[in-house]
Amino acid sequence: MNPVNYLYLAALLFTIGATGVLIRRNAIVVFMCVELMLNACNLAFVTFSRMHGNLDGQVIAFFTMVVAAAEVVVGLAIIVSLFRSRHSASVDDASLMKL
Amino acid sequence: MENLIALLVAAPLLGAVVLLCGGRRLDAVGHWIGTALAACSFVIGVVLFVDMLGKDAEHRALMQHLFSWIPVEGFQADVAFQLDQLSMTFVLLISGVGSLIHVYSIGYMEHDERRRRFFGYLNLFLAAMLMLVLADNYLLLYVGWEGVGLASYLLIGFWQHKPSAATAAKKAFLVNRVGDMGLSIAIMLMFTTFGTFAFGPVLEATGETSEGKLTAIALMLLLAACGKSAQVPLQSWLGDAMEGPTPVSALIHAATMVTAGVYLIVRSGEIFNAAPDAQLVVTVVGAVTLLFGAIVGCAKDDIKKALAGSTMSQIGYMILAAGLGPIGYVFAIMHLVTHGFFKAGLFLGAGSVMHGMNDEVDMRKYGGLRTYMPVTFVTFGLGYLAIIGFPGLSGFFSKDKIIEAAFAKGGTEGWILGGVALLGAAITAYYMTRVMLMTFFGEKRWQPDENGNEPHPHESPRSMTIPMIVLAFGSVFAGGIFAIGDRFLHWLEPVTEHAHGHPPVSALTVTLATMVVLVIGAGTAYVQYGRRPMPVVAPRGSLLTRAARRDLLQDDFNHVVLVRGGEHLTRSLVYVDHTLVDGVVNGTAASMGGLSGRLRKLQNGYARSYAVSMFGGVAILIAATLLMRAV
Repeated sequence: MNPVNYLYLAALLFTIGATGVLIRRNAIVVFMCVELMLNACNLAFVTFSRMHGNLDGQVIAFFTMVVAAAEVVVGLAIIVSLFRSRHSASVDDASLMKL
Repeated sequence: MENLIALLVAAPLLGAVVLLCGGRRLDAVGHWIGTALAACSFVIGVVLFVDMLGKDAEHRALMQHLFSWIPVEGFQADVAFQLDQLSMTFVLLISGVGSLIHVYSIGYMEHDERRRRFFGYLNLFLAAMLMLVLADNYLLLYVGWEGVGLASYLLIGFWQHKPSAATAAKKAFLVNRVGDMGLSIAIMLMFTTFGTFAFGPVLEATGETSEGKLTAIALMLLLAACGKSAQVPLQSWLGDAMEGPTPVSALIHAATMVTAGVYLIVRSGEIFNAAPDAQLVVTVVGAVTLLFGAIVGCAKDDIKKALAGSTMSQIGYMILAAGLGPIGYVFAIMHLVTHGFFKAGLFLGAGSVMHGMNDEVDMRKYGGLRTYMPVTFVTFGLGYLAIIGFPGLSGFFSKDKIIEAAFAKGGTEGWILGGVALLGAAITAYYMTRVMLMTFFGEKRWQPDENGNEPHPHESPRSMTIPMIVLAFGSVFAGGIFAIGDRFLHWLEPVTEHAHGHPPVSALTVTLATMVVLVIGAGTAYVQYGRRPMPVVAPRGSLLTRAARRDLLQDDFNHVVLVRGGEHLTRSLVYVDHTLVDGVVNGTAASMGGLSGRLRKLQNGYARSYAVSMFGGVAILIAATLLMRAV
């Protein structure tokens, strides 16, 4: 199978994730969309690794997974504490950081 | 011997420091200290003079290098003195007349409670003036130049409780600053042109310099001379300077400081010789001023202001002579010295008259004083005869030589300058005869003042009359001693050079013409003022008289052209500043404010809108990168 197709898939996933981040209000969904974007990137890395015949892309993918895991820990904690104080997981409700 | 030169300056400087810092405990002896130190300077001057006479003419100049003032790579400013025949002449004049005036002031300022301070200022003046004439470079000369300006300011405004004196002091200072700018620019030009400002190297290097640069330097020097010597167009301060105590008018504003400009021009002779255009301007300034001062002197009823006009006019003669080049330098200095004697004598006489008349200065309220003040009358009279050029007296010899030299300039210029000088001699005879007749002859015209105090004219104390007598001797004999056998000429020749002028008419004719105009001038004054009673209130007078009473509208001219002009200039500059400069600054600030006010609406707190801008930015960056690749 032509590896370029994997790149198309990665681009599609990334677009879905980005759209989700931009249009969804629920913080959990936004969060999942971010994960989707990260994994789309991983897929692209792995594909490139395959296309170029070396392992650099796969190594980067592992790094990305570790960083994503750490990010999930911190992000979920923030979302939980936000929910506790506001009884809502909507990102638009947390709009106090403005002039 | 050269080690004594610094003492000439140091003695009065010490006096100034002691008297001005010593406080009240010196009040009782302050005037003696001041006088003793001035006399000390004179004695040292005489010692150096005698020593100098013993040497042959070529080796008379002494140098004393005191210390390096500003030693910088390529810029050497030294405190060093040079005593040659020209400086020596000035040293004797300044310290001699200065000492006499110190003695006179002991009596004149007796009832002034700030007499100690007065003597401190006088000593400061002497020190600065001696430094001016002894300096061996232009920078040190500038120090002395500013020093005499300061002393002059302090002394004109000595009675600063009188608003008129305070204003006059400020006016003198400001007008002098204009001239000082000229001197500082000249020194800067010298440094850029010659790389030094010591007299020797600068004056030697004039041969290899372009005439344009030399003309610029010479004109700036002339501007400086105009300021200090009260020449047109910077003449307006001298009349008002008479607000100072009379000894000050005699010493500073008649005999010495105002001659600094003449010294500067004669000292820089080589520069002027190489710049004929500048020399022509110098002669024109001198000629204009000598008529200007003389005309003003004719109309003034204030005895000191009449004498101030006369000073301006006589210095005009010197500047005229100095502008003639080598045929005139020696005569400029000779007239300067004789003028120093008789003008100081005349001023001291005027001070003596005022002393006896309750400080009245209006000559219309004098009259018939010759019987009340015989010594003053005789000494003033001798000064009068000397200044109008009565044959055999000082002024006769020196002024005659200048008129002769003016004719010898040659061509039409020579005739014009000579004619102006002759006319000036006639007017001099006229106004001085007028002063003499109004003060000492005719009926007594003084009245009790509003408090009922009638002045009781009396002869002044001996401390005042003795200096007047000494100066009267100088007025009578100095010219003869200098001129007979050309002694003064041989004395100064090694420094200033001398070329014999060849007037188109014989010297005897010039002398006879001078005598004729003298008789005409004095005769006219006698007919006008001696033969009929003098009105106590000045008549309205002709247009010219009224203009001359207002100093030929010099202040009006300055006010309209310079003050109003300056105001308009500043106002338009303020307008430009407010509209253009402030407009740009404020406009930038306002537009930045408006822009940021709009930009801050982007920060709305919604995380998703930030995300949109991030995505948008990344999209633009990627698009741009791709586009650049494609191109």
